[in-house]
Amino acid sequence: MAMVEERGVADRIIDVILYTVLALLALACLLPFLNVIAISLSGFTAVSSKSVWFWPISFNVDNYGYILADDVFIRSFGISVMRVLVGVSLSLLVMVVTAYPLSRDNIYMPGRTVFKALMLFGMMFGGGLIPYFLSLSNLGLLNKFAVLVIPNALNIFNTILIINFFRGIPPELYESAVLDGANHLQVLFRIFLPISTPVLATVTLFSSVGHWNSWFDGLIYLKDSSQWPLQSYLYTRVTTRMLQWNVSGSADRAGATFQQATPEGLQAAMIIIATIPIILVYPALQRYFVTGLTLGAVKQ
Amino acid sequence: MGDSATITAPQALDKPAAPTKPYKEPRIPFSRVIKQHWLLYVMLLPAVVLLALFHYYPLWGIGIAFVNFSPAKGLLDSPWVGLGNFQRFFGSRNAINILRNTIVIAVGKIVLGQASAVVFALVLNEVRSRVFKRGVQTITTLPNFLSWVIIGGIMVTFLSTTGPINTTLQAIGAKAIRFLGDASVFPWTLIVSETWKGFGFGAIIYLAALTSINPELYEAATVDGANRWQRLVNITIPGIAPIIALMACLNLGSILNAGFEQVLVLYNPVVYKTGDIIDTFVYRVGLIETDYSIGTAVGLFRSFIGFFLIMLSYWLADRFANYRIF
Repeated sequence: MAMVEERGVADRIIDVILYTVLALLALACLLPFLNVIAISLSGFTAVSSKSVWFWPISFNVDNYGYILADDVFIRSFGISVMRVLVGVSLSLLVMVVTAYPLSRDNIYMPGRTVFKALMLFGMMFGGGLIPYFLSLSNLGLLNKFAVLVIPNALNIFNTILIINFFRGIPPELYESAVLDGANHLQVLFRIFLPISTPVLATVTLFSSVGHWNSWFDGLIYLKDSSQWPLQSYLYTRVTTRMLQWNVSGSADRAGATFQQATPEGLQAAMIIIATIPIILVYPALQRYFVTGLTLGAVKQ
Repeated sequence: MGDSATITAPQALDKPAAPTKPYKEPRIPFSRVIKQHWLLYVMLLPAVVLLALFHYYPLWGIGIAFVNFSPAKGLLDSPWVGLGNFQRFFGSRNAINILRNTIVIAVGKIVLGQASAVVFALVLNEVRSRVFKRGVQTITTLPNFLSWVIIGGIMVTFLSTTGPINTTLQAIGAKAIRFLGDASVFPWTLIVSETWKGFGFGAIIYLAALTSINPELYEAATVDGANRWQRLVNITIPGIAPIIALMACLNLGSILNAGFEQVLVLYNPVVYKTGDIIDTFVYRVGLIETDYSIGTAVGLFRSFIGFFLIMLSYWLADRFANYRIF
């Protein structure tokens, strides 16, 4: 008895330590965000004197007001929304249409193996940044919105995920449809897609986040910053601020155009606005983390 | 090129080898296949075009690495220099620095990243309160889904000399640290911030593996008088060891991937000495300074080594963990 009791106490002490460690880790993830939120909601004097920590000082929403009145910001936000909508729909369509023929292993299809090998090689080897850039230039895609959504429409990794899911669909489900005279497109859209929600949701969510977060492509393929998506615009703001931060403490250009606004405050508000869409889809994302992981297991 | 881990779904696991039906070498003539299944080929058409345009067509540019490229002349009329560009790069003092930075930063991220994900998953697994567990997981996984631009913006604020961390350091009498402006600290800033961003998401794979350990093993061990530590060492850790080994194999493929987007957002000339990596060098010298030939040569070197590393990692993963992507 005494032994069991003692072990119980030791266990409880361990529990306290574990809970504390985890709470501290969660806090470490949370505090930087709280800092930025607090700055975005604080008054001019408090932000310029760098005294805001995790709670707003002289609370106001002026920074958000300034940002939402900034045409460049609003336009780039719209471009980001567009690239998510167009990019993800296009990509999803291409990927399911590609995955279908590659998943129907029981149909003899000369060339399938070669094509799969070409896809795998294409995924693992590339010419590098410069040849890619020059090729997009030759193809006439530079400085067009299309450059944000077409070159990456076929995501090979996600296509493989869909192929693996399609392979797990029991043949009985489509055999009767084939006997009734359904063609392959009909089988794909009427039988395969309706039961593929887990993989389609996973791929949709992950590629939406990918499109929303992309900034490098906009930065280098679009010369005119009025065509940039939100994150490319934000990139230039962040790096300008960092340079000043290393050199001196002068206000940046955008800060100067808004009276009573600090570059820190404006940037904090921008960061929060750019984060909100991710927070909104986050609960849905969470549901599909594990689906993404265990997709392979569906196949058996 | 990009940081693909953040945009793609996690790898499918526990996958048995593809159930390829062993059809005997069919004698069906191609014309009959076309007649019956022409639609399959039509469906593949968009992928053929996209693959050709955006994966294979750009390979022409590999030639740029072997000439002194001038866009006005084009590839064929630019003067041939053979391996001259490679010699020029590897002969420069930059080369050693850049290669060393890339490997140091990437290996640091792989080791710290995987270790922290495993330990975090093990600790989380010991917690019984589901609400607490879920809360912690929700918060720690979120940063993975934000871009480096956003995280970088937050870091610039949080880590500045007047930010919360440095103010605290100074309050307790320590010296302020220039996390983003001190060359000796910068690689650590990269490694730790990458780990901070990714450990929650990285743990998911291990947590999923942990749920598949047979609970009867724990019951039997408890009956036999095993304490918590003994159960951890004898059941839990062996239970996820295969996944740990698999992830270690797959990570091998990213030894040259030091995190382009992160470095591009966070670095500045002050820390080039320890923070400039292959990818940022290619971008800066190749695209910004438009020295296309050097940029292509260095990029090609990276693609080439990277390709073999990925092949090696997949081969190891297949060999030791039965892992196949197709």
